[in-house]
Amino acid sequence: MTETQERHHGFGSMRRKEDARFIRGKGNFIDDIRLPGMLYGAVLRSPHAHARLVSVDTSAAEAHPQVKAVITGATLAGLNLAWMPTLSNDVQAVLATDKVRYQGQEVAFVIADNHYAARDALELIDVEYEALPPVVDARRALDDDAAVIRDDVEGRTDNHIFDWEAGDRDRTNQVFDGAEVVVAQDMLYPRVHPAPLETCGIVADMDKVTGKLTVWTTTQAPHAHRTVYALVAGLPEHKIRVVAPDIGGGFGNKVGIYPGYVCAIVGSIVAGKPVKWVEDRSENLMTTSFARDYHMHGEIAATRDGRIRGLRVKVLADHGAFNGTAQPTKFPAGFFHVFTGSYDMEAAHCEVTGVYTNKAPGGVAYACSFRITEAAYLVERMIDVLALELDMDPAELRLKNLLKPEQFPYQSTTGWEYDSGDYPRTLRLAMDMAGYEDLRREQAERRESGTGPLMGIGISFFTEAVGAGPRKHMDILGLGMADGAELRIHPTGKAVLRISVQTQGQGHETTFAQIVAHELGIPADDVEVVHGDTDQTPFGLGTYGSRSTPVSGAATAVVARKVRDRARIVAGAMLEAAVEDLEWEPGRWFVRGDPGSGATMQEIAMAAHGALELPEGVEGHLDATTVYNPPNLTFPFGAYICVADVDPGTGKVTVRRFIAVDDCGVRINPMIVEGQVHGGLADGVGMALMQVMAFDEDGNHLGASFMDYLLPTSMECPSWELGQTVTLSPHHPLGAKGVGESATVGSPAAIVNAVVDALKPYGVRHADMPLTPANVWRVIQGRPFRTDLAIP
Amino acid sequence: MPRVKVEVDGVTYEDDVEPRLLLIHYLRDRLGKVGTPVGCDTTNCGACTVLLDGMSVKSCSVLAVQADGHQIVTVEGLGIDGELHPMQRAFHQEHALQCGFCTPGMIIASIDLLRENADPSEEEIREGLEGNLCRCTGYQNIVRAVRTAADEMRRAPEREAAS
Repeated sequence: MTETQERHHGFGSMRRKEDARFIRGKGNFIDDIRLPGMLYGAVLRSPHAHARLVSVDTSAAEAHPQVKAVITGATLAGLNLAWMPTLSNDVQAVLATDKVRYQGQEVAFVIADNHYAARDALELIDVEYEALPPVVDARRALDDDAAVIRDDVEGRTDNHIFDWEAGDRDRTNQVFDGAEVVVAQDMLYPRVHPAPLETCGIVADMDKVTGKLTVWTTTQAPHAHRTVYALVAGLPEHKIRVVAPDIGGGFGNKVGIYPGYVCAIVGSIVAGKPVKWVEDRSENLMTTSFARDYHMHGEIAATRDGRIRGLRVKVLADHGAFNGTAQPTKFPAGFFHVFTGSYDMEAAHCEVTGVYTNKAPGGVAYACSFRITEAAYLVERMIDVLALELDMDPAELRLKNLLKPEQFPYQSTTGWEYDSGDYPRTLRLAMDMAGYEDLRREQAERRESGTGPLMGIGISFFTEAVGAGPRKHMDILGLGMADGAELRIHPTGKAVLRISVQTQGQGHETTFAQIVAHELGIPADDVEVVHGDTDQTPFGLGTYGSRSTPVSGAATAVVARKVRDRARIVAGAMLEAAVEDLEWEPGRWFVRGDPGSGATMQEIAMAAHGALELPEGVEGHLDATTVYNPPNLTFPFGAYICVADVDPGTGKVTVRRFIAVDDCGVRINPMIVEGQVHGGLADGVGMALMQVMAFDEDGNHLGASFMDYLLPTSMECPSWELGQTVTLSPHHPLGAKGVGESATVGSPAAIVNAVVDALKPYGVRHADMPLTPANVWRVIQGRPFRTDLAIP
Repeated sequence: MPRVKVEVDGVTYEDDVEPRLLLIHYLRDRLGKVGTPVGCDTTNCGACTVLLDGMSVKSCSVLAVQADGHQIVTVEGLGIDGELHPMQRAFHQEHALQCGFCTPGMIIASIDLLRENADPSEEEIREGLEGNLCRCTGYQNIVRAVRTAADEMRRAPEREAAS
């Protein structure tokens, strides 16, 4: 198809509407916003991981000529705002009042004329701390002698947050008791950080005349933020307007509310002027939502000939000092229980225990789809561990156990209903693209000859679960996870679509216009997509968990169909024909059997706004609204193959090739899907090989800047080799599934599997991420180390 | 306070600045050139890349006073008469941006890369852009965009010279 045709028919690789402003430096990011009289905030942070707060002396800072106010925990306590609710129904300190519980925690907030003065004043605040022993190692958090971190809760005597389980314990135990082969493996999915290139920030403007609070902020969920602010600040929602401007990447980092936001809002109320707060990189890495930190013990049961019978998993989840994890209320470990992955098995069971440690809150972020990164990594590592035990090729083992197309919709043993899939076809395509047999031959030759770097081939076949979700089962803080959409057609046939989700680079302004174009046959360029302003858009829960296409995309298709139905009635009046006699072709209704007699959407739109007499009950104009409550999640899947070379002398890993075949059902815009996959694969390289936020025994954060927390550059990423299969989601109006997080979910296991495969001659069965040269070198020496701790 | 005289995107500015003022903040806060953002605090990310006398620099690591008497070009000053620079067009054509936050610095760094090497290989492009982090694209389409722009600029060099 030519691009022109694609534009008119909706779907296809249409170039992005968003680009025009970004390539000219005309985006509008949070720190670009300037309001008259605007002041600047800065946060004083704790140098200690765990300490009692003895005193906070702000007098010298307040005396600074450019300082307007200094807010402390005591100030906030007077407003009952020293603590705020988290997305996991815990509370989090906004500014510390009693203790500090992680390094970098917020202690005071300075408001000054400019950024430089605010930073100067931080150094004038005198805080006295009384150090307490920190809890750094999650595996020691429940020890009898571990310090109690959350003594703000009366009667609490330990660091235990929750126990949660899924699956059938008894049946799983029976399967394991009778299994021919059982293999166990411990693995850590280390604490990493989504590190969007733009950090978090806010501009808060409390208008004391109108009583209306406007906040521009880096939020992936503007409507949820508005409701939370209403609950926290006691302002009614119609007096709060949350606006998400252009967001420089979110990756789950910008779902929750951070103390800096609350401080800026209070600051604006106190100072009577707009207050901007934008954190710097080290603040972002140290104190905003981390990802992962799952200590997992996996067991897999199988027959000797390689039929998988069951999985049993125990997880210790390090949640930091406040349980701020973002996930639907009923799922404290997110959707981890999709850990049986892509395989048919008799039984499975998981137990997850969450604990407090002296670290920043978070957990669910960085394209995890609510813990599916951890689940996919677990099962895909366990398959390889089993393959090693059985001395089977890991591709063969997977092909033997993958769910078959005729099994869908498939009821998993842990409670999911997978919507659709054709897994063997997708894996075979990836193997063909890779030249799998040739690669194995090359590997055998290399091992034989002992020349060149070690070569490893790693496979990951994953099933995602995205599009949360059915409101009966899924809510966040009581807010059901359905999304609204509003579509209005102007008299001349141009359209404005208002949606509740919030792009952070995923291209919604283009793809959502394409959905309308697809449904109504009007050019996508004629559809303006409005999002991010709670005064202007319908309620909904925002963008994360790859939920935009499954939920809001569905809402857009539904609302467009409502408009199309109304247009049919108007066309009937225009053409003096019964609606049953009208037929649709892209862009127009016409009288059946008489293609020459019809009305285009543009003509219908004008007539709907004009003098045409409309049938009884039709109000005129051409618009519609809807709320889409998804019947199920969508379950995209993919087959990834990584070829890695490892230098045994230095431990350096090079990703030589990476083949990724994704199936996300219908692709609204293939170019954008591929861009999403590229970015997610780079995440995989980062997590597998480079990224970790480790802590020392005093609780010092050892990954607090890009000097230590390493992101992949263009040099570490190969040229990705992408493929696709298309298996429609049967319940989605467009047959489309989410895809944004698939590559981040699926790729780390492929890379780790490749590296472990390369190290097979050394008898290595597992190595924890990140597989830095130091770690790989030590693994080769037979002395791996805890990548998450720097404790002697 | 020291006085600086700087040409930015073709316009000359004279200002009194604190000696400690970073060039990026001078551009953003004083001149309103907010098209160039800040992504880190350790000079790793390159989001703040601008051309200083034609060569790319990370403007978070240059003091405004050091720019005195020099010429700066930001992403906002590219192209002429409303027409886009070939590099800007190529980024759009090849889908080399998503959130758009690294894009201004990436485009500037890419232009400098082609100044040094008008016909770079993929490997040379990757090496040339190592100082610019991107979280969205996985770099592949950026590499492709630089190749596309290089081809176009070699076909029509006089247009590039004018911009």
